[in-house]
Amino acid sequence: MKKILIIYAHPIETKSRVNRRMIAAVESMSNVRVNKLYENYPDFFIDVKHEQSLLEEHDVVVWHHPMYWYSGPALLKEWFDLVLEHGFAYGKEGNFLKGKWAINCVTTGGRAASYQAGGVNRFPVRQFLLPFDQSATLCKMRYLSPYIVHGVHLLNENNIKEVVADYTRFISFLRDEEWQEEQINREDSFNIFMSRGKKQ
Amino acid sequence: MHLDAIFFQIMIYLLAAVVSVPLAKKAGLGSVLGYLIAGILIGPFVLGLVGSEGEDVMHIAEFGVVIMLFIVGLELHPGMLWRMKRLIFGLGGMQIGFTALVFATLTALFWLNTAQAITTGLILALSSTAIVLQTLTEKGMLQTRGGRHSFSVLLMQDISVVPIFAILALLATQVVKDTGVISDAPEATESGWQQLLIIIAAVGTIIVGGRYLAHYIFKLIAETGLRELFTATALLLVIGIAVFMDAVGLSPALGTFLAGVVLANSEYRYELEDNLEPFKGLLLGVFFISVGASINFDLLIEYWALILLILTIVVSVKLVILFLLGKLFKLPLSHNMLFSFSLAQAGEFGFVLITFALQSAIYDEFTAGVLLIVVALSMLITPVLFIINEHLIQPRILKEVSLEADEVEDNNHPVIIAGFGRFGQVMGRFLNANGIKLTIIDNNPHNVQYLKKFGYKVYFGDMTRKEMLEAAGAAKAKVLVVTMSERHQIDKLVGLAQKHYPNLKLIVRAVDVAHELALQNIGVMGHRQAIFDSAIELGTSALSAIGFSRHESYRSALTFKHLDKRFMANLQQRYSKDDPHFLMETRKFSEHLENILLMHQKHPYQEMDCAWDTQSRIEEEKENQNIGK
Repeated sequence: MKKILIIYAHPIETKSRVNRRMIAAVESMSNVRVNKLYENYPDFFIDVKHEQSLLEEHDVVVWHHPMYWYSGPALLKEWFDLVLEHGFAYGKEGNFLKGKWAINCVTTGGRAASYQAGGVNRFPVRQFLLPFDQSATLCKMRYLSPYIVHGVHLLNENNIKEVVADYTRFISFLRDEEWQEEQINREDSFNIFMSRGKKQ
Repeated sequence: MHLDAIFFQIMIYLLAAVVSVPLAKKAGLGSVLGYLIAGILIGPFVLGLVGSEGEDVMHIAEFGVVIMLFIVGLELHPGMLWRMKRLIFGLGGMQIGFTALVFATLTALFWLNTAQAITTGLILALSSTAIVLQTLTEKGMLQTRGGRHSFSVLLMQDISVVPIFAILALLATQVVKDTGVISDAPEATESGWQQLLIIIAAVGTIIVGGRYLAHYIFKLIAETGLRELFTATALLLVIGIAVFMDAVGLSPALGTFLAGVVLANSEYRYELEDNLEPFKGLLLGVFFISVGASINFDLLIEYWALILLILTIVVSVKLVILFLLGKLFKLPLSHNMLFSFSLAQAGEFGFVLITFALQSAIYDEFTAGVLLIVVALSMLITPVLFIINEHLIQPRILKEVSLEADEVEDNNHPVIIAGFGRFGQVMGRFLNANGIKLTIIDNNPHNVQYLKKFGYKVYFGDMTRKEMLEAAGAAKAKVLVVTMSERHQIDKLVGLAQKHYPNLKLIVRAVDVAHELALQNIGVMGHRQAIFDSAIELGTSALSAIGFSRHESYRSALTFKHLDKRFMANLQQRYSKDDPHFLMETRKFSEHLENILLMHQKHPYQEMDCAWDTQSRIEEEKENQNIGK
């Protein structure tokens, strides 16, 4: 069993329809820790030492956020800037994250079809997330294909319930199963990997 | 008197104060009543511990008045007089004029002659500055509208003591002419005009001396750099004037009051006040005790019906006149009640004036004795009047107002703000801007109509009463924000809310660090020191002004705040265990901050923002380069 740290970045949680429900569903699971950045650091004043010790205590880091301009909300970037210090996360002495797993969980307004060549957004989500991928790699972490929820604006109540149930399954899977990251990374998203598993 | 006898007397007075005042405060009666009761207890008619000769007690009493008047005089700044001229001279002048007129007429109608009638009218027109100011301050009502009106009237009364003395001196001549009898009192044998001349000469001496001489003396003393010498000089000045006035047959209180006024503009004013303040507090206590001790119970028991009648007439006439004047000056009902009830007693000047009138043969022994008791009793019942106002009258006014408010709004307002001064107003505007419905409790009904128009629900009156909280909907509200300025009121309200509304979240503006910690100890969340944030805000501007980048100074302020928060949490744990640590920790705190600030000088960023500092990376890359070579 792995310990999961969900770094959750959503600036107006009270107006969130989908993310809030997803987070609420996994919040009280054992060995899952939800770290709400905007709730803990409303003034962007991140407690670096605390964040670093959280990272050390867990095996898998999930960056959970809505897609904002093909990246995360501003506070998440601040978190990267300040928490992943030289000498802690990277550099010759920076080996504290070595061997841990990292993954993005993103929600997008655009539908899946728009994230491909010829679509409005032209590139797959996986490609927009390259900075996360490379940051994790520089920190000697193992980056996994992202978990994506597309088209959240058009989800009705039943769809949302489905999304929440899927997400809960995803987090449990991360925590409980003995997965191979090579198999996951063969797919463009974790969702595809999981649905393949179901079919088998 | 033997030394040990003097010490014994002092001990009795101090003991009486130390025992009775805390008890009276615990019982919610205020310190003044505590002192008065202490005086009665140790006085000649109960325990007989002090003042078996009434004169002793009165002497001590007079010196308490002397110092108090000097300080009252010092605070009579011409600029302030000018700003409040409408209230002081208009309201105050009318109060003295009408009250004196009514009482003079009443007394003349019954049994006294013209001189006695005028004297009685003037004496009874005055109220007790000492009791009322102290009570209003203790209750945190001095800054309310009713409180300010009371203060203005008291000020006018203090000022008018000077002309009242002059009038009494003139009346004394009249008495001699009318009766043709030569009294035993030596002052009365001189003609009134002679007396007036002496007054003018003495007053002139004080004014000239205070204006031209005092400055050089104080400068000389201040240059020695010895603080105790300055205190000695201040005391010498007051006692000297008292002795001088006594020698020319005038009231020492009047003389020092004048000296105070003359020195109000001096650059040593604050130093004088500072030095005399402790003496004033102590002596005022003694004064109240001696008022209690000077009540002649023999006379009271013999003529209790007459005295009670006079007392009732005095208090009710004063109440009615004050109330009508309050109406004339458009005081809202609840404030008018505070104003009227606070000033319905006679004042400590009464003792001095009655004694003076007795010496000048205006009064006979009996009249003076009865009046002394009436004045003392009226002062004694002042706390009772306050209690009547607070518990019987204000709730009724409140009920009317709340009914009115209920008609405007009856939906649930999640936030109640207690205290709508400058601080509360900003808070209220902020919450209102976020679409939050507010209920406001305040003791200033000034803005009620205006606020209602904007959808606020407003209640005014004493905020620290359960009925008030209940009327404001504390049972349904989610949050109570306490932004009052007096600590004891804040604590009272917090206690009340915690006891009766455990689900109500409390957000309290703390008065200082110690208060903040005390609040944390009783489990109150979400408070900040009142001035902390704006101080840092200003500091941020200062940093930017001397060349820090704006974000740098902003971050620095954040760091400071968060360190402060962390340290407060640490501090609070120790504070709850035992107190001596508290001071130590506070000191450590400032040292710690000093370190942080020192570090800040060495590094471009705070310890929390190290990742923005590329120093370690540069070093590592240089190292790699060297290996590469």
